[in-house]
Amino acid sequence: MLAVSEVSLKVREGEIFTIMGLSGSGKSTLVRCLNRLIEPTNGSILLDGEDICLKSSQELRDIRRTKIAMVFQNFALLPHKSILENVEFGLKLRGEVKESRREKAGMALERVGLSNWSDRYPDNLSGGMKQRVGLARALANDPDILLMDEPFSALDPLIRADLQAELIKLQCDIKKTIIFITHDFHEAVKLSDQVAVMRDGKFVQMGTPEEIILHPGNEYVENFSREMDRSKVITAKDVAQTGATPLYADMAADSVLKRMKKTGKQFAILVDSDKKPLGYIFRGDLENSTELEMKVGADFQRQDEEVISVSSSTIVGNLYFQLSQQLPLAISDDKGHVVGTMDANDVMTHLSQAGQYTNIRNSAHAFSTDGQISGESHLTINCFDKVVSS
Amino acid sequence: MNRLPDEYILPIADIFQNIVNWLVDEWRPVFQTLRWPIAQVLDAVSDLMNSLPFWLVILFFLIVGWRTAGIRNGVFCGVSFVLIAFMGLWDEAMDSLSILITAVTFCVVVGVPIGILAGRSNKFWAVLRPVLDVMQTTPSFVYLVPVVMLFGIGTVPGVIATIVFSMPPVIRLTNLGLRQVPAEAIEAGESFGATEWQALINIRLPLALPSIMTGVNQTLLMAMVMSVIISMIGAEGLGLSVLRGIGALDVGQAGIGGLAIVLLAISLDRITQGLGEKSKQAHHELKPRSLLGRFRAARTGASDSPASMQ
Ligand SMILES: Nc1ncnc2c1ncn2[C@@H]1O[C@H](COP(=O)(O)OP(=O)(O)OP(=O)(O)O)[C@@H](O)[C@H]1O
Ligand SMILES: [Mg+2]
Repeated sequence: MLAVSEVSLKVREGEIFTIMGLSGSGKSTLVRCLNRLIEPTNGSILLDGEDICLKSSQELRDIRRTKIAMVFQNFALLPHKSILENVEFGLKLRGEVKESRREKAGMALERVGLSNWSDRYPDNLSGGMKQRVGLARALANDPDILLMDEPFSALDPLIRADLQAELIKLQCDIKKTIIFITHDFHEAVKLSDQVAVMRDGKFVQMGTPEEIILHPGNEYVENFSREMDRSKVITAKDVAQTGATPLYADMAADSVLKRMKKTGKQFAILVDSDKKPLGYIFRGDLENSTELEMKVGADFQRQDEEVISVSSSTIVGNLYFQLSQQLPLAISDDKGHVVGTMDANDVMTHLSQAGQYTNIRNSAHAFSTDGQISGESHLTINCFDKVVSS
Repeated sequence: MNRLPDEYILPIADIFQNIVNWLVDEWRPVFQTLRWPIAQVLDAVSDLMNSLPFWLVILFFLIVGWRTAGIRNGVFCGVSFVLIAFMGLWDEAMDSLSILITAVTFCVVVGVPIGILAGRSNKFWAVLRPVLDVMQTTPSFVYLVPVVMLFGIGTVPGVIATIVFSMPPVIRLTNLGLRQVPAEAIEAGESFGATEWQALINIRLPLALPSIMTGVNQTLLMAMVMSVIISMIGAEGLGLSVLRGIGALDVGQAGIGGLAIVLLAISLDRITQGLGEKSKQAHHELKPRSLLGRFRAARTGASDSPASMQ
């Protein structure tokens, strides 16, 4: 039986890579392979271009002491050591002097909000607190790579949000590379640069959180993202594909009317030849007019309404107020060119498009099965298997 | 014909005799070397025990019993030693105590490392286990025979017999304790780059400590039994006064000897059990704070006492 097989991934420095999957799909086994707590049966794990699997036990120890730290799903605290001693454990193992490790451990405990508990023992702590101690222990070591096996799963929503923010901050400030396991899709979306969905030891799909939500490869993947509020990841650019295209001011009024009837829209946005927004056209104005051979811009453009323009990367969920004005919004790129329009209706249409599976898109830069390793990647895992006897 | 004819009986007794003779002749230096450290420790311990005033020893056991096993057990220990003193068996009791302390010390010093090896190596355990089984099923008298032949008679050979007889429990329970250390604790050490030695010192041994302490307790009780039996090869102590009492048909002397042995045994059992409990509970409670630590905290006004944070 293969617990993990044919898994390949690349993680760049400073990235958060999230692994999702049902219980027993091999997530923990996979991250345990990364620091060789479980010896992969074959394949390679490259850290800055060097294969961890080929390291001697001394080299491996050094990597574990300085470069990779792990937060365990089952906490794995040492029951005979106080919280502070647990947190400084990694530092003690690599031989740091007492004052400096006390200080670092104290800071790590503060980060997770447990400074007051440093003299207690793990048995005195709740599950969520233990999990935070496990996190502090890994942070105290200040590793390049953090392996986090469901680090927030036992936390209440408030502390969880705090620690998520802390993690994002940490990752911005000091560029940690993080391999993160979670069951919570919201968490994955919030934190990760890349998400991989696992099933029976294999990656079913890998991509950015948006890709996973908007283009789930199959039902299994979709089940994860189903309860996700799609409006929180869909950008104006995504909707632009559904919405009507903007109209040029020099088009004839009758063809514009025909167009609007076809799409069923009441309003349209006019742009100049440089695709800069000019103003709105109301369908009613055209229908009441008899002079439809004129250019639409000159006679029918409304002067009283300024075009509301939004950047194409804006998250749709943040545009509800603008959309409530009835008028469509112009979606513009960085240079101010209008690339599309959208109104509340388009957004609804787009949000309701669940359940359509696209072919699995593994964005080539993030996912490689051919074993090619580019210089920029920080951690590369190639087609590796872990055989588990059963 | 209801038994084997004499001419068929093998000269096994002679073979034994020859082996032992050969051992005694050829290996004498080895046995003398083995004997030496034990004799040294025994001398030092019994000099100490006999030089201490009896009330100090009573006070010592009262306090040790109290600190390790609670006030009731402390009082029990104190009263036991007072009774022993009043029965006029103080010197014998101190001899027995010296024998026990020496024997248990050697059992721990030798047995714990053997137990650690057994706990870390399945092969070694596979070899060791049948040996321990045989040792533990062999009647205590049988140990006396080779010991007398190889080491002679007296207190030191008695201690040697006691050490050999009572070693198995501490080995077994050290081995067991190491094997019961949770895999996740080991994994935590491994993931932070612990060497084998660091893992042993920081994780395996502390977590195996309650089990090791149980082993020490059992070893002590076995040593207690043996310390009585070795009076038959001339070892001093409470056993000897029982033996003399029986030999002289003096029920009174044998009786108080027996009573003193029981009191000593219960006292030491309570103390070592208390130590075992302590090692188990250590991590369930607040870290005990030294007096100095409390004083400092009070002076600086730091309210870092965890109890005040609840
Ligand atoms: N030591 C082991 N021996 C045999 N099989 C194992 C062992 N550890 C894990 N497995 C198997 O490997 C598979 C993957 O387990 P793993 O712990 O990686 O799952 P997981 O995705 O982390 O699940 P969860 O979300 O519950 O933590 C499971 O089917 C499990 O039965
Ligand atoms: Mg898991």
